[in-house]
Amino acid sequence: MNIKLRDPNIIMKLSRLGSFHQSKLSFLRSFLNEFKDWDYNRDLFDLNKKGYGTAVYSFKKKNRVYSLICFANKINDHERSDRVIATKWDAAFTLHDGIPKKKDIERLRNEVPKQEVGRLSYKELTLSRANKSVRIFEHVVQSLSNGVQPNLNLLDKVGYLYRTTAVYGSGKFGLADRFRIKNREEINGPFRLEMMLVYLVRQFTFDQVNHVAKNRNPKKAIKLDPHICKNLGIGNSTGLGMAPFIVNHPTLLNNWIFCRETALKKIRELKKVDKKDSNLFKNCVRNSIKNITSWNTDSEYQLQKINLLLHDVRKFLTFLEKKFDFQKDYPFNELYLWLEKETCDECIEYIVSIMLEPFDEIVQPLVKKMSSDEEKYFNIPTDRTTKDLLSIIEKKYSNILTINFKKKENQKKFWFISKNKEEPRFADRFEEQGSELEQPLAIARDIKKLHEKLLSLRKSLTINEFLIDNSDLRHVIRRAFIVEKFPYSEIQDNTIGENTIPIDMLRLKLSFFGALKFDPKSDKWLRICMFQGAPLPNELKNFDDQWVYKS
Amino acid sequence: MKSLSEIETTSKRASKAIGFSWGVSEEVAKGIRLLELFGLPGIKNLNQYYKLINKKKFDNLSVINKNNKSNKSALCPINLGISFLDQIKKLESFKKITFSNIAYPILFIPFLSRSSEIIGKKILFKFDKNFFLFNFDVNIFSNLSKKKFPLIAKKIEISILDNKDSFTEREWKNLYKLSENTFVEETESLKKSAAGAGLTDND
Repeated sequence: MNIKLRDPNIIMKLSRLGSFHQSKLSFLRSFLNEFKDWDYNRDLFDLNKKGYGTAVYSFKKKNRVYSLICFANKINDHERSDRVIATKWDAAFTLHDGIPKKKDIERLRNEVPKQEVGRLSYKELTLSRANKSVRIFEHVVQSLSNGVQPNLNLLDKVGYLYRTTAVYGSGKFGLADRFRIKNREEINGPFRLEMMLVYLVRQFTFDQVNHVAKNRNPKKAIKLDPHICKNLGIGNSTGLGMAPFIVNHPTLLNNWIFCRETALKKIRELKKVDKKDSNLFKNCVRNSIKNITSWNTDSEYQLQKINLLLHDVRKFLTFLEKKFDFQKDYPFNELYLWLEKETCDECIEYIVSIMLEPFDEIVQPLVKKMSSDEEKYFNIPTDRTTKDLLSIIEKKYSNILTINFKKKENQKKFWFISKNKEEPRFADRFEEQGSELEQPLAIARDIKKLHEKLLSLRKSLTINEFLIDNSDLRHVIRRAFIVEKFPYSEIQDNTIGENTIPIDMLRLKLSFFGALKFDPKSDKWLRICMFQGAPLPNELKNFDDQWVYKS
Repeated sequence: MKSLSEIETTSKRASKAIGFSWGVSEEVAKGIRLLELFGLPGIKNLNQYYKLINKKKFDNLSVINKNNKSNKSALCPINLGISFLDQIKKLESFKKITFSNIAYPILFIPFLSRSSEIIGKKILFKFDKNFFLFNFDVNIFSNLSKKKFPLIAKKIEISILDNKDSFTEREWKNLYKLSENTFVEETESLKKSAAGAGLTDND
């Protein structure tokens, strides 16, 4: 049986992308798999009684060492903010390439806590900062120092001790450019070093909380139970900074989605499924219910999605356990078709992710295909014709061409970069100033404009002839030739409409990171949790690959 | 030290701010990244050029011919570069192309380097007493060692070089003969047993 890849016109809609969930392809899971046989070490832990100071953690294999350098600082409660405009954080981190010398640590002590206004060097790979969850951190310190474990109900509500508010890499603020390290086998996957940083930060938070508790009451204090540690992750507050990334990296976006779609296609094409695999799938679906019921949010929008998801996953589970026979031919195809007919987008994508769980032989080769050599596709094939271009646009952007951009509601918003923080923002074109400095992220509108221009031509021209008078459309001409080769490289939706929900774009990227428990705080920012349930560093050599569904 | 990623992002934004379209700004940014990667003063010259661009008039040349003359003003290296890159498949047949007066010729260089990769041929860029040889966007060879780059190229000649050997047939044969010393002389027995294909082609 030959199953077709799913239609980009459906999958690449913002509401669908905003329903994606973590899977075996997610970067934090592939990071754990890649680094599980590396040697983990805490090289330095020089904190004062209050928990302020410096710590270094590392992963080592043969001659390669990656070191996380942590700087924990005192800040006042009123200075603590998750917003990108903050200038002070409870802790700041950088991942250093190699073993840092004293001189490096001194240099970084001056720069890392400054974050965006500090300067890093090519020896540093990623940069981040994090704030304590004040209500949780203090409760845990107090409990441990009194010799008791913290209240699990309270911990469940939050899920972490610290929240990162940005993780930077790839050349930002002087960090090493990706090209310097791209040939290293262990980081042949997107965002692997960012994942390493977050993972090691998680361990730092446990060590710090134990250290502070011990110093508060040396005689009575106990350590945080490793089982509790395991069920804590690292939080993250994410704003619009992530959104332009998926528009600005079309071939990378394609490769992420294409790998997921290819895995689904191959699984649907399996004629027979072993009992061991079908049981593993069923167990994951069953266990995953806890992930949904422990998913807390105040967002009405997300609550509705969670309730619908829970309802539909339960309905699916009943069908799976009471009516479905895995002995049938092509069982996963049948399940998928049932999901499409009977459940919501959020549930379809949730179960699609779980379908990948039993099939390492399908998923692992795809993990290696999720990066992209973007430069290779940058040149515009200017010897091709406007007739070719018109045909590509009509074939690849058919839904987008139906949007009427003369209507105010379809172009109500615009994307811009804030002068204060050099961060992306999203505002009302008709009520706010600055739309003349709009970023080139309204791809649907510009493709439509290009289409109209092409239709008005009297004869077919070569692209180089067309470009002479249409330089303003050059950026979308480039994209159209990319989408011709990469079907999932483009969001097939309007990114500037009145009803556009920017967090759908963030959710897509975060699901590929492996984030859980999306908690929107508005349509422009959300909180998430990473590595909740993940093995601790001392468990890495032998861990359960389905830990996500057992937290 | 600035990373290449920072260099590319800032060059793109500055180019848009000066009045180029986003698409052209992306091309400029890639170019400046390339220059800096090769150790050439891209940021310095782009900065100087953008200071002048709105004060002084620069000519554009949309369609490139075999021989091209600018009017009174020097040619804009960015618009000329974009035209050259876009038309390279057509220009390939000219073999030799001449121009006069290109402002800030260093900013024209990345477009020639990328053009060399697109057509898979080396491109020789000569102006005044200077030359640059572009090898498929992999490297750039030049006789210009001065840190200060000329602000204008007056008489320019660009040659599209046919791929040909840089050595004589005799030199090749000598080296080939030496390489034969790694081969094993085949005996009758080896002829029968060591080859992958069958012994008859007519079975």
